[in-house]
Amino acid sequence: MRTDNRFDPYNADRPLTMRCACGQHASAEEHRSAQDAVAELKRRSETAEFEAYSNDFIEASLVKALFPHDAMRRRFLRAVGKGSAMAAIGSVLPVASLQAMAQEKGTLEKRDLKIGFIPITCATPLIMAHPLGFYSKQGLDVQVVKTAGWALIRDKMLNKEYDATHFLSPMPLAISLGVGSNPTPMNVATIQNTNGQAITLHVKHKDKRDPKDWKGFKFAVPFEYSMHNFLLRYYVAEAGLDPDRDIQIRVVPPPEMVANLRAGNIDGYLGPDPFNQRAVFEEVGFIHLLTKDLWNGHPCCAFGTSTEFIQKNPNTFAALYRAVLTSAAMAREARNRELIAKVIAPQAYLNQPETVLTQVLTGKFADGLGNVKTVPDRADFDPIPWQSMAVWMLTQMKRWGYVKGEVNYKQIAEKVFLLTDAKKQMKALDMKVPDGAYPKITVMGKVFDPDKAEAYVNGFAIKRSPNA
Amino acid sequence: MNAARSLGLRAGLLSAVLLLVLLAVWHVATLSSAPVATAAPALTPEQIEYAKLMGKDPSAGGAPAAKSGFPTLAQMGSTIAKHLSQPSYDNGPNDKGIALQLGYSLARVGLGYLLAALVAIPLGFVIGMSPLVYRALDPFIQVLKPISPLAWMPLALYTIKDSSISGIFVIFICSVWPMLINTAFGVASVRREWLNVARTLEVTPLRRAFEVILPAAAPTILTGMRISMGIAWLVIVAAEMLVGGTGIGYFVWNEWNNLSLPNVIFAILTIGVVGMLLDLMFARLQKAVTYVD
Repeated sequence: MRTDNRFDPYNADRPLTMRCACGQHASAEEHRSAQDAVAELKRRSETAEFEAYSNDFIEASLVKALFPHDAMRRRFLRAVGKGSAMAAIGSVLPVASLQAMAQEKGTLEKRDLKIGFIPITCATPLIMAHPLGFYSKQGLDVQVVKTAGWALIRDKMLNKEYDATHFLSPMPLAISLGVGSNPTPMNVATIQNTNGQAITLHVKHKDKRDPKDWKGFKFAVPFEYSMHNFLLRYYVAEAGLDPDRDIQIRVVPPPEMVANLRAGNIDGYLGPDPFNQRAVFEEVGFIHLLTKDLWNGHPCCAFGTSTEFIQKNPNTFAALYRAVLTSAAMAREARNRELIAKVIAPQAYLNQPETVLTQVLTGKFADGLGNVKTVPDRADFDPIPWQSMAVWMLTQMKRWGYVKGEVNYKQIAEKVFLLTDAKKQMKALDMKVPDGAYPKITVMGKVFDPDKAEAYVNGFAIKRSPNA
Repeated sequence: MNAARSLGLRAGLLSAVLLLVLLAVWHVATLSSAPVATAAPALTPEQIEYAKLMGKDPSAGGAPAAKSGFPTLAQMGSTIAKHLSQPSYDNGPNDKGIALQLGYSLARVGLGYLLAALVAIPLGFVIGMSPLVYRALDPFIQVLKPISPLAWMPLALYTIKDSSISGIFVIFICSVWPMLINTAFGVASVRREWLNVARTLEVTPLRRAFEVILPAAAPTILTGMRISMGIAWLVIVAAEMLVGGTGIGYFVWNEWNNLSLPNVIFAILTIGVVGMLLDLMFARLQKAVTYVD
């Protein structure tokens, strides 16, 4: 008997149908290929090699987070010995216990969880953990709920309709500070994605590639407290334009950007994918530059929740953390990317043509100008929430007048970006605290030192005056 | 009688002709957007690859790609058939069939509307019967009435702290005013003679309200209810596009995400048909309570 009969007439578990069984695909074949993608990814995630990989990855990430400078790590290890170093790190890191907890899980305080997401590729780890069963593997019953906009994500987090959510990484900072909302402590547990944004311009601006020519342009960004807003402002300001006076920046939810670009309401946007690639696919825009070229490895979206939720449900939170980190580790592997695109393309998740998602995730894409480009690190999923990233975001919030007065950069960063607990507890244990969480950052060729945040803010020629 | 029937027949014919003309215009207008098969051999390998990434496979003989242009009639037809053949599938929180989405919207509208009726009709009665209360409440009504229901949404989300109840609140706040004003107007304009007769017969106030005023004001009240229902159905789509989650408005938003015009047009047609059915229902009710002097 042939086993490759695509309609499976002899399979009792499948309805004999010439159409797709779930009704969500154009043909039975398409349905099958989507199911196969899920099965293959699941299989890969279950291999011992991958489990080991994800464990090692978590450990390496943590140690790297504590000791960004290798010399420091070596000195520390030599000073206290490998065994006690492992024990020490294991005893203090909120995340380091993850590995241990993978074996001995605490009882979950809450099983049924609602997690919000915006349908963009930044949410990949959060979303794919659902069809691949990473949440259920941790004993969680998670609903990932598509949400119409960032303001709504904020409101639903404040309302406690969502237990955890996909955030723009500056949002938890803003919410914790009480800018644009009541101050409510929020935390970034992991960064969801690094890189992965782009500046897209309308095709009619093909010849205006120099930002100096953009006076009077109208741009869209997804939210005020977003890396998109900060990076766009940074970029045009470096070209000598004042982002508040020489161009217009509007807040437009990502899904509506392409429609607005086509209608000519905006000249371009710095937005999340797949909407940059979608604009190319629709032949209304071209990719001017990838944000990777502004700051390679910049964070964009984050996975987070309220401090209250973490305190009330530490074990549930740890389980969620594990699910998302496993997912992120898997999404980082280039060989998985094509299958991931297939898994997150359906209506229940991103609702986008698969070819658009594949281009975003594999980095082999049409740029809208007739070229095929290959940029493998166009989007990445490095989950470590460096606190220097938070400080940089705060400097930009200060620079553009979103926060006024004295800003205690590091204190806020440490409160919100979850590497903090580790450092505090290391201090309490009288251990040498490394400047761990603050690697230096280079944005458009300029080095940012988190220790000199205020000087950095004051060093810009174009900024809002503090008294304005 | 004969003349009326032939008028109806002619009107029906004219409607059918208009529909055909509309469909023909649609067909002709979308005809030109069908992809023209280009000569494949003239392309370099890189151009072919680029075309594939753009969703246009030159080697596939110029087959229409799944793009989001304006749909042809055939595409539209298959979209409608696809949705109607699977009206109530449920693939988790983000993907449900059109019947389920309509159900969510109708439930929200029904609940908000019912609450509005419970508040507006008794209050309207009181306002209509007492000039003092009318004058006292009038400034509030005048200020609150013209506010767009969606403007309430952020405030509702902030204070109610629940997005689906906020949706219901928005329906409530938009459908309360026409009912309130019409009820008050209907009650206030009940004929003096009837009230005087009731007074002469020493009818109790409760009986007077239910047996004299209510039947007399019923047509006006139902007019208000019909207007309210129309507005509520308009608002729910916008509210669900804003809040997301479930409902026909969410469906439109989700398909806008995907820039899928056929699905959006299908949703628009569905919204129109359901709105018409709701209106017809109230027209029937209105007919039932109307009396001739």
